[in-house]
Amino acid sequence: MNTLPGYLRQAGTALRFLLLATVVLGLIYPLAIFGIGQAVAPFQANGSIVRDAAGKPVASALIAQVSANDAGTQNPLWFHARPSAAKWDPGASTASNLGPNDPKLLDAVKANRSAVAAAEGVKESDVPADAVTASGSGLDPQISVAYARLQVPRVAKAHGLSPETVQAMVDRRTVSGLEAFLAQPSVNVTELNLDVAAAAPAK
Amino acid sequence: MVFSIASFVTQVAVLLLLLILVHKPLGVYLASVFEGKRSSRAERLFYRLAGVDPNTEQSWSIYLRSVLVFSAVSILVVFLLQRLQGVLPGNNSLPGVDPWTAMNTAISFATNTNWQTYVPEATMGIFVQMCLLAVQNFLSAAVGIVVVVALIRGIARTRTDRLGNFWVDLARISFRVLLPMAVLAAIVMVIGGVVQNFWSTDVVNQATGVTQTIPGGPVASQEAIKILGTNGGGYFNANSAHPFENPNVFISMFEVFLILLIPSALPYAYGRMVGDQRQGYTVVGVMGTLWLTFTVLMAWAVAAAQGTATAAAGGLGEGFEQRFGAAQSSIFATATTLTSTGAINVAHDSLPPLAGGVAMVNMMLGEVAPGGTGSGLYGLLILAIVSVFIAGLMVGRTPEFLGKKIGPREMKLTAMYILVTPVVVLATAGITVLLPDAVANAPASGPHQFSEVLYAFTSGANNNGSAFGGITTSGPYLSTMTGVAMLLGRFLPMVLVLALAGSLAKQPKIPASSGTVPTHGWLFGSLLLGVTVIMTALSYFPALSLGPLAEGLLK
Repeated sequence: MNTLPGYLRQAGTALRFLLLATVVLGLIYPLAIFGIGQAVAPFQANGSIVRDAAGKPVASALIAQVSANDAGTQNPLWFHARPSAAKWDPGASTASNLGPNDPKLLDAVKANRSAVAAAEGVKESDVPADAVTASGSGLDPQISVAYARLQVPRVAKAHGLSPETVQAMVDRRTVSGLEAFLAQPSVNVTELNLDVAAAAPAK
Repeated sequence: MVFSIASFVTQVAVLLLLLILVHKPLGVYLASVFEGKRSSRAERLFYRLAGVDPNTEQSWSIYLRSVLVFSAVSILVVFLLQRLQGVLPGNNSLPGVDPWTAMNTAISFATNTNWQTYVPEATMGIFVQMCLLAVQNFLSAAVGIVVVVALIRGIARTRTDRLGNFWVDLARISFRVLLPMAVLAAIVMVIGGVVQNFWSTDVVNQATGVTQTIPGGPVASQEAIKILGTNGGGYFNANSAHPFENPNVFISMFEVFLILLIPSALPYAYGRMVGDQRQGYTVVGVMGTLWLTFTVLMAWAVAAAQGTATAAAGGLGEGFEQRFGAAQSSIFATATTLTSTGAINVAHDSLPPLAGGVAMVNMMLGEVAPGGTGSGLYGLLILAIVSVFIAGLMVGRTPEFLGKKIGPREMKLTAMYILVTPVVVLATAGITVLLPDAVANAPASGPHQFSEVLYAFTSGANNNGSAFGGITTSGPYLSTMTGVAMLLGRFLPMVLVLALAGSLAKQPKIPASSGTVPTHGWLFGSLLLGVTVIMTALSYFPALSLGPLAEGLLK
């Protein structure tokens, strides 16, 4: 039974099985989900793309959108997202993958802490953990409420808005209810910056 | 980032409740598929085109040969077509995959490991992802279930050398179980925010001056089976931490539910097929106890937030996604390593040292709580046979398992099964740390460097696929060595399980006597639990103490 022709015959069966299964599982199935997705939830299926008044795509609500220079310093006009090992490039998602005792991570955290403290004009001890640590994807659009609050005075001043107005925008973009309970109260920076831009179009 | 105990307790309770609600109807359905006699018209057409005679059953050796030949053909096809990516359609302008990566990836996906030595965004186009890797996500998960079904038949049947037909089992599990469940899961995911299209979108923000290319792809269809089939190979490099694979905490919880769904329903199907539901309840009880224990241990280790860098940051954050929170990420990290999934929603390399250690122990348990699709149940059934043997030694009787004698042949196969994976893990990791290649490719320092290597081979040989991502395994040496670990860790146990199934099926069923150790109930469950934990501790404690324990306890 365990002869070479037996193996070859089964290899032929395997190859045909694989080919047929690929037609069903590798073509029909994903195309069906594509069709259903476009019919039922086209916004989500296409990447939660936010559009401007003219219908032009501006951002994805799920992806951090950061204006930064080559050194990775984020533009002081806008709310800052968390540090990113991917330099916020949507085509290169990655974590730092540095261990919890890694001296390189320790240095990065310390440098981030003094940079954030300097940018916001606060004490180093007031800087929350999410402001100095990179996310697992490098594209996390959310920051803690504490970090958002820290940035309100700077952003308000840069756009000529009152801190109360900007704080109200933060509050409106703060995750609440069940989602906040299961995860944590957080603010979507990508959407928040779009709100700020809409309120201060002159900038 | 604060660890919310209230959220943790809520999420664990909700998960347990849902799984308890679903496991019975799903288990009944699974058993009906495994025991089904009739083929649908579409299936008969499929069998005719594939050249399969659905009415013949195979002996264990032919069944095994089918498993091996099918997996070998899968590996070859996936390897060759990756190499040809440059000239095939749907390559997103990417060239053919380099031979080492293509080899490692083909093995990885055909063995249900889904270790990713490549960066998907820069390596794999839509064709490779959708038509090769996603298809293997289905088929490798189905092969795992097929093997446990053969083992259950071996236990349930008497005086026969027939274990069923591999091709029929593979087709039924793929098309009647995995496909419909994946369709439902993918639809929920799309609605929840997971992407499913075939193009990227250029976005321009006039106000901030930022332009981005937002990626697209058939992500939801792949994500669904990646999670449901305990595969774990992400469409994107960041895996389930990527917002397009896992957009929010609800979808993340849904993913954990899907990871645990099939493995925790299989014991019910097992109980039904052997005609004694108590057997299934005992097995699932042990799985559940282990799962709960290690989920709590992981939560404790995460919440402790050890590490000099973690302390300097003022708490958890590095590698975590703000939108999931630490509670969800600790639950995810446990589920993914107690099964053969290996998807991640937090960077395991950056977890506090003891939390990384718990992830390793979860895999070292043999991924049995509830384990990979199929592989979890056969792993635990093997441990149950070891437990019966130990109990038999205590009372001085020939051990029996559900009316089948556990004689020298059965015990040798079982003992080899227990030894195979630890030997592969410790040998490959041991050889690797002696070579300069590991030092160059695992850039961490101190015990953490050893942890990165140990994690890689633990993950590979247990077909998990998660990683301490700091290690780079794309070079010739590490891609070959992890490839070897994945192959041995997948197929040696399968050979032993099917041989065992064959030898159990041949036996007559002997009636239980007063000397028979019952294989259900609290007493046996506790014994099985103890055996599982002690085996793991004995095999791996020295290695663990050099890595995560040293890092976690000394600092």
